[in-house]
Amino acid sequence: MKTNDVILQTTAKVVFFIIFLFSIHIFFAGHYAPGGGFVGGLLTTGAIVLLLLAFDLRTIQQILPFNFTIMTAFGLLLALGTAAGSIFFNVPFFTHAFSDFDLPLFGHTSLHTAMLFDSGVYLVVVGSAITIIQSIGGDD
Amino acid sequence: MVGRRILLEFVLFIFLPVIFAILVPFAYKKIKGIHTGWFVLLVPLVLFSYYVSFLPLVMDGGHAISEMKWIPSLGIAFTSYIDGLSLLFTLLITGIGSLVVLYSVFYMDREKEDLGSFYVYLLIFMTAMLGVVQSDNTMTLYLFWELTSISSFLLIGFWYTKDKSRFGALKSMMITVFGGLMMLGAFILLSIMGETFSVRELIAQAPDLMNQPYFTLALVLLLLGAFTKSAQFPFYIWLPDAMEAPTPVSAYLHSATMVKAGIYLVARFTPIFGSASTWIWLVTGIGLLTLFWGSFFAVKQTDLKAILAFSTVSQLGLIMSLLGAGAISYHATAAIFGFATYAAIFHLINHAAFKGGLFMIAGIIDHETGTRDIRKLGGLMSVMPISFTVAAIGSLSMAGLPPFSGFLSKEMFLESMVALRHFELFNFDTWGIMFPIVAWVASVFTFTYSMYFVLKTFIGQKKFEQLPKQPHEAPIGMLIAPMILATIVILVFFIPNVIGKWIIKPAVMAIQPTLYASPSAVDIHVKAWHGFGAAGLWLTIGVVVFGTLLYLTIPKWQPFYRIQPEKLSLNKGYDALMRGSEKGLNRVSRLYMTGKIRTYLLYMFAFMSVTIIAILFIKDAFVLDMNSFAAITLYGSLNAIVLILSVGFVVFAKSRLAAIIALGGVGYSVALFFVIFKAPDLALTQLVIETVSVALFLLAFKHLPALSTHGETKRNKVVNLIVSLSVGVMVTLVALSSHSQKMIPSISQYYKDTVETEAAGGNIVNVILVDYRGFDTLFEIAVLAIAGIAVLGMIRLRVSRKEPNDENK
Repeated sequence: MKTNDVILQTTAKVVFFIIFLFSIHIFFAGHYAPGGGFVGGLLTTGAIVLLLLAFDLRTIQQILPFNFTIMTAFGLLLALGTAAGSIFFNVPFFTHAFSDFDLPLFGHTSLHTAMLFDSGVYLVVVGSAITIIQSIGGDD
Repeated sequence: MVGRRILLEFVLFIFLPVIFAILVPFAYKKIKGIHTGWFVLLVPLVLFSYYVSFLPLVMDGGHAISEMKWIPSLGIAFTSYIDGLSLLFTLLITGIGSLVVLYSVFYMDREKEDLGSFYVYLLIFMTAMLGVVQSDNTMTLYLFWELTSISSFLLIGFWYTKDKSRFGALKSMMITVFGGLMMLGAFILLSIMGETFSVRELIAQAPDLMNQPYFTLALVLLLLGAFTKSAQFPFYIWLPDAMEAPTPVSAYLHSATMVKAGIYLVARFTPIFGSASTWIWLVTGIGLLTLFWGSFFAVKQTDLKAILAFSTVSQLGLIMSLLGAGAISYHATAAIFGFATYAAIFHLINHAAFKGGLFMIAGIIDHETGTRDIRKLGGLMSVMPISFTVAAIGSLSMAGLPPFSGFLSKEMFLESMVALRHFELFNFDTWGIMFPIVAWVASVFTFTYSMYFVLKTFIGQKKFEQLPKQPHEAPIGMLIAPMILATIVILVFFIPNVIGKWIIKPAVMAIQPTLYASPSAVDIHVKAWHGFGAAGLWLTIGVVVFGTLLYLTIPKWQPFYRIQPEKLSLNKGYDALMRGSEKGLNRVSRLYMTGKIRTYLLYMFAFMSVTIIAILFIKDAFVLDMNSFAAITLYGSLNAIVLILSVGFVVFAKSRLAAIIALGGVGYSVALFFVIFKAPDLALTQLVIETVSVALFLLAFKHLPALSTHGETKRNKVVNLIVSLSVGVMVTLVALSSHSQKMIPSISQYYKDTVETEAAGGNIVNVILVDYRGFDTLFEIAVLAIAGIAVLGMIRLRVSRKEPNDENK
């Protein structure tokens, strides 16, 4: 299915980045404002779906040459690793830690291991949603 | 009662046969030259000689007990409890077991038969039977009881390539296991009432048990177990079909031992139940009915083993009725009722001896002539003189003639039955007269079929040319066992009181422990000659006269059997029951297992809504508290209208595309509700997930079939409407009433208080998701990942569609 819808494709190229940036924002803001890994992941998926609708599957696979199944697995591993990491510090499973740091580039930053867990959620959501859409869409 | 505890762990002897059974296949495979039976013969011989050593102890009224703990926390143990009754049965099992193994050495062909399996089954059976008669613990008694059913099943179906063998095995299994389960029920009830599994302790509490509510139920269940095993009316039907087993098995299991397990059970539990009138009526009545029924139908049979099977049924009924009559001694002091128990035990021994012998002779005839059909046999006396002698001794003993053991016990039986008339309780004074009459008529028939069995086979015309084999006398090895049994039959007649003193009196004391202080107190002396005044003598003379008359006129009255149509027989009833239950159950399951998901969903939803609405109604749980509701807002009501409209559109949409779009409308209005109710995270997620899933629907659109009605009829639609309405009502009611009565205050205040300090966050929803209850999230993303991989797998790894799916056809 080759489409040549110039307006859609051009708009999609621009809008994709806006949505993607918004999803990243939502993801990082999650701990203090509405948002988080799940919504962020879904928004990213939405952005990719927009590209899929504007272009065809093969083009998107060339543009985004990720293996989304591996992304899902990696996300799960990250989430589980964050949760399990606490047991090495002799605290119960799934105990998060947080602290303030002075980082060279970002300055005074508050870091929280919950964010790592949320990244796992983000990766799993993106990975499996795109896997589903690609498999169904690519099926003839 | 003198009790002596023997420290030797002789309980292990019960397991000797089954342990030896492990070695049998090796002997069978490795030692080809010697018949495996010779090795097996050691086991019952050793056991017999070992158990004989208990005789002096038991004769003094003592008992021996040995215990091996199995499940101590539940009070379940393997117990070997040896008193008069169990020793008698033990000696029967091991003694006749030895003879049967000896007989089978010559009967079973070393080359043609699978002897390894045969002897393994036989040894398992021996252990099971020893366990049944020696167990003091009801639970292990039940265990061994079922083991006898199973090993008997294996033995009956030994020639498993024959349809009839398999049918007979299955039938006996069904009936005896049914009875076994009933018996288990009785044991459980007894253990609830008496708070112990031990039979002795239950017997000690017998007077208390009488007044317990479950007493009669336990009694009936126990008798069901005993009657099925002992082939009493109407459960006798498995026994004639069990004759498909090899003859040594028939001789051992179906005449001398297993069928007597029921007798043992009745005898063992007489001290507990014996004083109840239900017990006396059931045991005596069913026993006599079985006695008559079995003897009447034995004359009809044409197969030698079938005659013997019916005769076994009949004789078991005789023993059973004597045990029932013996239980009367709890109410009447007349010595005659103690006499009945004595007669029961006496006849039990006699029956084991002569019936075992007769079965072996039937097997020899089958072996040497190739047929067991009595119509083809005749005039074998001249070629098989030893077999004839043994058969004649057995038959005459069975008929109850002197000078054979059967005469003594039969005469005691008739006298006990006559004495029943004088018993005054439980309506016996009005109905009691029936007992001696039925008993006497049955004895006449017993005489007739005994003559029929031996005379038709050995006397009369020689029809050798019709036989498959040229008949000749059996090898001497095969004849040893029946000859020993025949010798016992004669010996017992001349020395009845020796056996009485050593074996029968201790057994009587075990059955009626409260009546006697020691076995020697059982005041019975058996005499062959009572003088002309004794009723038994005249009754016996009558039996002989009428029996002879009946035998001579068999051809004249045999058409009498045709009056009862074959359709109404109990066998047909059993077949109809089996077939009917199979068909009926099939029909029932086909009725509700339609294979359509629609039906199953209907069941689930209907059940759910009906039960929950019913519970709300019964418990009066529906509460509506208007004060707990928030104020209705304009936006809320408008959004609700949109939501309802889009739901209606989904339901009534004619095309799939419209339905998908309307579903999107539902999703977005739900998101709007989240906004109105101040849940921004949910609203965000709902919006995006709705978008993505609508996109997914559209992507998959070209693969989806057209929205069809699946041939929905009007009736189906109405049913759907009713069920969906009731589910809707149910959910609404539950939601309203659960909102109106919050039993426990919410814990959300804790989250509000600690979200900054403990979790360093501001968004409570997200902090709950990743921190407070991150465990849930971990598995939710796992679910998501599984869903993704499942979709990938279903589509990528799909097998060709054209491949037929046999499984669901």
